[in-house]
Amino acid sequence: MTTSIAPRRAAARSAARRGTLLGWLFAVPALVAYCAFVIYPLALGIQYSFYKWNGVGPSEWVGFANYLRVFTDATLLGSIGNAFVLIGFFTVIPVAAGLVLATLIRSLKPGPFSSLSQTILFLPQIIPLAAAGIAWSWMYAQTGAVNQVLSAIGLGFLARPWLGDFQTALPAVGLIGSWVLTGLCTVLFLTGIGKIDQSLYEAVRLDGASWWREFVTITIPGLRQEIAVLVTITVIAALSSFDIIYTTTLGGPGRATLVPGISIYRIGFTQSEVGLASAFGIVLMALVLACVLPIQRLARASDR
Amino acid sequence: MIVNKSEFVIGRIVLVVVLILTVIPLVNMLSAALQPADTNPTGLTFPTDPQWVNFVTAFNTGNVWRLMGSSLFIVIFVVPVSLLFATLAGYALGNLRIRGGRFLFIFLILGLTIPFEALIIPLYYEIQSMGILNTQWAVIFPLIGLYMPFSVVWMRAHFIGVPQELSEAARVDGATTLQEFRRIQLPLARPALSALAILLFLWTWNQFLLPVVLISDPLNRTVAGALTFFQGQYYSSIPLLNAGALIIIVPTILVFVIFQRQFIAALLQGAVKG
Repeated sequence: MTTSIAPRRAAARSAARRGTLLGWLFAVPALVAYCAFVIYPLALGIQYSFYKWNGVGPSEWVGFANYLRVFTDATLLGSIGNAFVLIGFFTVIPVAAGLVLATLIRSLKPGPFSSLSQTILFLPQIIPLAAAGIAWSWMYAQTGAVNQVLSAIGLGFLARPWLGDFQTALPAVGLIGSWVLTGLCTVLFLTGIGKIDQSLYEAVRLDGASWWREFVTITIPGLRQEIAVLVTITVIAALSSFDIIYTTTLGGPGRATLVPGISIYRIGFTQSEVGLASAFGIVLMALVLACVLPIQRLARASDR
Repeated sequence: MIVNKSEFVIGRIVLVVVLILTVIPLVNMLSAALQPADTNPTGLTFPTDPQWVNFVTAFNTGNVWRLMGSSLFIVIFVVPVSLLFATLAGYALGNLRIRGGRFLFIFLILGLTIPFEALIIPLYYEIQSMGILNTQWAVIFPLIGLYMPFSVVWMRAHFIGVPQELSEAARVDGATTLQEFRRIQLPLARPALSALAILLFLWTWNQFLLPVVLISDPLNRTVAGALTFFQGQYYSSIPLLNAGALIIIVPTILVFVIFQRQFIAALLQGAVKG
């Protein structure tokens, strides 16, 4: 018996090795594409970040000076601050609104109206963010719909060019993000609520619990997973926002809506400070990781 | 489900309000687009004499045919190539479980959260040294690489879910790995592949940052990237700008409405896995 097992094992091992060889062959194209256009530029960016370079002339080694500037320059710090303000509009509002909306409309029976509302809620997800920016610049314009509505309800004194006003530009841009993301949150929460055991709701209703009690004790815990996912996506969207700001304000007025993405673009391509822009890129990447990793860990901890 | 009447009514009202808020910016674009091209329109007022001709003007002066062609050219390379590479790698990681696959997987996961903005500066100089700056290839190549982490993770998740017994059965019947891949695994992967194809199509079509930075001639960009060109071109005419932007949005909306079930399912799955 031993004699017949040994060659069979050897054959199995060589088959496994052949599988591995072929497997790596299968993985090579993806790996090459990934290394060429993610890992290589990343390494290149880290290298640039230690130099002072205008993109054409000679470069000069400056050590950590670029990073020091990212953390001391008021303009750059301000753009990071703005990105965190945007989290309020890209994450807090859509997730909160999505939770409430999903709870309110979960009673909707499947039918033409419910599928039509799903389609409409999803529309902002389908169109380019740049187009959302164009649509909303017009909404916010001096003669636009927002001011029109305000004067119609007697609040005409509030009317202003919302994107041109230092006080209102950042919230106005943020609300575009809320408009884009609320539908996604609502629909994802709706499917999540569908998976929660309905007898839980019935039990708590029979106990005479209020709407709020039910929301806090059943809906929110039941949607942990969805909440974690949406917070992650929307935080990344807020920190790396670019398209909406580019087509609405380009960071203005002044630096009121300047965010890291626009800063990097301006520093790198308008001011030709490639080293500084690269350093800011690396910092932005670290910032996203620093925000996303704790969310993932929290989500996993609450699963247990 | 126990739902009392007042809750039902409130739910309906809130939903209708939110639906209206969602479509208003789009309807508002249409109302502006139909105003006379040389006027400065006011808010959401439907014109008495709708100027449909604005769409024709915007279509012609905006070179929309060329823009659509350029977008299509980019999509036609990015989506199939990404699907092919990701399927092969996902199969290797999820089904063949190659030695060292865990490291490869973690290595790819690292790339999942890198924002494109963080790579755009070095990417510009890389593309410049490749000599393809200002061509569609400047967007095609990087996008394939940038979409790779997500796509491979997506396809691996699918292949892990396919029972190993299927592979064993195929091998017992004498199928080689390649035969098994083509005859058994690929047909089974069709739903995962089509959902990924939808996501990649949408992301490429709507891609803005890369075309804006890497292609200076807006007519060679994606339609989304070309929106800045419209903004420059129709700086003085809000009706024409809105008409142009609508022309660019409408095909995507049409495709979405036709395939909406698949789109919504793909986007929800994409959110959860991403």
